Amino acid sequence: MAQAAAAEAQLLEALRSGDEGAFTALVREYQPSLVRVARMFVSSQAAAEEVAQETWLGVLNGLDRFEGRSSLRTWIFRILTNIAKTKAVRDGRTLPFSALQDPARVPEAAVDADRFLDSEHPRWPGHWAAKPTPWPEDALVAAETRERLAEAIEALPATQRAVISLRDIEGWSSEEVRNALDLSETNQRVLLHRARSKVRAALESYLEQA
Amino acid sequence: MSAEFEQLSCQELVELVTEYLEGGLSEGERARFEAHVGLCDGCNVYLEQMQQTIRLTGSIPAEALAPDAERDLLEAFRGWRSAEAQ
Repeated sequence: MAQAAAAEAQLLEALRSGDEGAFTALVREYQPSLVRVARMFVSSQAAAEEVAQETWLGVLNGLDRFEGRSSLRTWIFRILTNIAKTKAVRDGRTLPFSALQDPARVPEAAVDADRFLDSEHPRWPGHWAAKPTPWPEDALVAAETRERLAEAIEALPATQRAVISLRDIEGWSSEEVRNALDLSETNQRVLLHRARSKVRAALESYLEQA
Repeated sequence: MSAEFEQLSCQELVELVTEYLEGGLSEGERARFEAHVGLCDGCNVYLEQMQQTIRLTGSIPAEALAPDAERDLLEAFRGWRSAEAQ
């Protein structure tokens, strides 16, 4: 942790002294996640890219005043969500987390109910009727499987896509995702769970046909 | 067949997988979860598939930024720096 803080102080120093390489590296690192998160608030990819561009301008504007009370990453994503929310409100769109304050209240099954025996079953209520079968290792590493996976992520609702992208593609911790997206612990987990469950189901249906 | 195994159905277990992997279950819940997975083929495979899904998702490369967007940002950075210098 101390190491990370030292690296961040060094990065800030480089940015403030006008190091273009440091800025470009920062942009490359965060841009894909910024766009994904912006997609939760705005209606198109183009609008999300615009929000991300504006975020970088906001970062430059605030860089000298940034005091390091949060991590640089959290700070950048706060700027992004502020810009994206303002834009969403201006465009008359409902905000993703206010529209769905509590995703846990709206049930959504990880696996279709018809894969299980019903709850009245005399011996095995709620147990697998059609249990999953192991995936062949060679199919898993195939390029096409990865494409299907990317499509499945793309097809997720924007809030779920943002959470799974940050957690599982970018490798953020749940705390970092909660801070950047201003999510409760439960909501972060529910969104992650739904996203992963759907992606697994998509892989399953693809691999079973293959 | 233990009572614990029967308490948690497969349909309930699949909804706890993320909480289990996140370390969010209480000790008792985790024990129940693991006991079930240890005895149940379907849930064992299911848990493995969720882990494979997570690993595979982690292997997707993050998409690159369009070159002109990057150029614009670098311009902005240079503008910011020269404004700072004044």
